[in-house]
Amino acid sequence: MSIQPARVEEKLYQNRYLVDAGKPHIVIEPHSTPSKNLLAMTTLCPAGCYAENSAGQVEITPDGCLECGTCRILCEPSGDIVWNYPRGGYGVLFKFG
Amino acid sequence: MIEEKFDAIVIGAGMAGNAAAYTMASRGLKVLQLERGEYPGSKNVQGGILYADMLEKIIPNFREEAPLERHLVEQRFWMMTDRSHTGLQYRSDDFNEESPNRYTIIRSQFDRWFNREAQAKGTIVIAETTVTQLVSDAYGKVIGVSTDRRGGTIFADVVVIAEGVNGLLGSRAGLRETPKADHVALAVKEMHFLPRETIEARFNLHGDEGVVIEAAGTISKGMTGMGFIYTNKESISVGMGCLVSDFAGTTETPYGMLEAFKKHPSVAPLLEGSEVKEYAAHLIPEGGYKTIPELFGDGWVVVGDAAQLNNAIHREGSNLAMTSGRFAGEAIFQLKTRREPMTKQNLALYKKLLDDSFVMKDLKKYKDMPALLHTQAKNYFLAYPKLMSNAMENFLRVDGTPKIDKEKASIRAFVRERKWTGLFGDAVRLARAWR
Repeated sequence: MSIQPARVEEKLYQNRYLVDAGKPHIVIEPHSTPSKNLLAMTTLCPAGCYAENSAGQVEITPDGCLECGTCRILCEPSGDIVWNYPRGGYGVLFKFG
Repeated sequence: MIEEKFDAIVIGAGMAGNAAAYTMASRGLKVLQLERGEYPGSKNVQGGILYADMLEKIIPNFREEAPLERHLVEQRFWMMTDRSHTGLQYRSDDFNEESPNRYTIIRSQFDRWFNREAQAKGTIVIAETTVTQLVSDAYGKVIGVSTDRRGGTIFADVVVIAEGVNGLLGSRAGLRETPKADHVALAVKEMHFLPRETIEARFNLHGDEGVVIEAAGTISKGMTGMGFIYTNKESISVGMGCLVSDFAGTTETPYGMLEAFKKHPSVAPLLEGSEVKEYAAHLIPEGGYKTIPELFGDGWVVVGDAAQLNNAIHREGSNLAMTSGRFAGEAIFQLKTRREPMTKQNLALYKKLLDDSFVMKDLKKYKDMPALLHTQAKNYFLAYPKLMSNAMENFLRVDGTPKIDKEKASIRAFVRERKWTGLFGDAVRLARAWR
C-alpha cells in the first residue's frame, strides 16, 4: 500500500485561529547550521510550522501552531528557540479539543 | 489592576484547574481563575474519556447537566500489523447501568460547562489572559501572578498551578524541570463527523452506547505509541501518539502516521465518508511515577498534567487531573479553616492526600512500565504484533497442512525472533513492571 504524503495545510484549514500579527510566540535563535533537534522539527512539528530554507537554516511560521509544546521540549533547553504562550485570546482556538 | 487579594489563584481552566476552583469556591474561598484561551476549554485537548467516579466526587449530579457524548459499553484492544489486527474485545450490558462509569466527552464543550459550574460557586474567571509570571517575595514564597493584561501583580495566599503539560510558568520559576523528550508523547487527533445512525450501525451500538478502540503495533513503526478511536454522538475521535524522543529519531511526521492509521484496512471502513472538522495536537505526560516533580512549595501547588500526573497504562489523565485538583482545593480549604499559612510545610497536606489515594498508588504500581515499553519498543510494538498475526493466520487458514506442523511453525517463529531466553525475559520483565 503506497501512502501519499499527508498535506498538513489541509488539516490546519479545518481549525480556528486568531493570529497575533507581527508577534510570533515562537522565535528561532539565529544559527548558521541547525542543531539535530531543531532540524528534526521540520518533520516532527504536527502543524508543519518548521521548514529548512535554501541556506540550510531552519525557519518558523507559527501561524498554524497547535501549541502542543513539542518544539519547546526538544529545542528550548538547548536555547535553539524561545517559546512563549500567545497573548491571551490569541493562537489556536479549539472548537472540540 | 485588581486591588483585592484572593484566597487562591488558579492558573488554567482544564480538568485540574476547574476541579480545584470548584472545590475551593464551593467551600466559600475567594478564588480567581485565569485562562489564556478565548473561553475556558478553547486550548484543551483530550481523546477523550471521562471517568464518572472522579467527577462524582466533585459534582455528584453531573450527569443531569454535563455535555456527555456516549457511555462506554465496549472496549477493543487491537494488536496491529500493516494488514491485520489481533483483537481483544470486551463488551457488557452491565455497562448500560443507571449511572454509567465511563463516557466519551468533547473537551472544549465539557470544560466550558465545568468552568461555568465553578463560576456558579463563586469563582471569578478571567479568560483571554495569559499569566506571564509567578511573583515571589524576597523569601521565595509565591505571593501572586502577573499577566499580559495591564496592571500589576494580582495577589493571593496560594497559587494553584494547573497550566497543563506544556507549563511554562513552573519551569521558568524553577519549581520543576521542562519534561524530557522520553517523558512525553505527542498525540495528534482528528474529529470525524458522521450521522449518528451511521456511527451506531458501524460500531454495533444502540442509543447513547459507545465504543473505545485502542491500537498498538506496527502502526507506530517501532516507536512507543498507540492509536485510538473513540465514538462520540455524531463524531469519531481518531488519533495517534508516540513518544517525542522516538519521533525525534525518525523522519516520520505525526500527521503522516495518523493518515496511515486512518487508511489501515481495519480502520478505513469505520471512517468512510466522514467530514473532518478539526485537527489537534497535544502532549501527554508518559513518564509516570519517577518523573513527578515537586508538587508543592511556599505559596504554591501544582496539579494535573503540569505535575506529570497521568496513568499511561490505564489512559487516566483527566481523571488524575480532577482528583489532584480536588485534593489541592481540599488541602487549601483545610489550612484556611485552621488559619494556617500556605507554607511548604503546611501544603504537604496536598501531597499526603495524593499519596493516600489511588493516584499515587496506581502510579507507583506502574513505575517501571514507561521505561520498559520505551527500551523494548521494537519487541513490543513491532516483533510481537507480527508474530501474533502470523500465528493467528496460520491457525485460521486451512490448507491441508497438518495442524501439528502449523503449531510448530508458529512456535518456531517466536523462538527464531526472540530466542527462548528473550521470550522468557520479555514475559518476566512485563510481569515485574506490571506488578
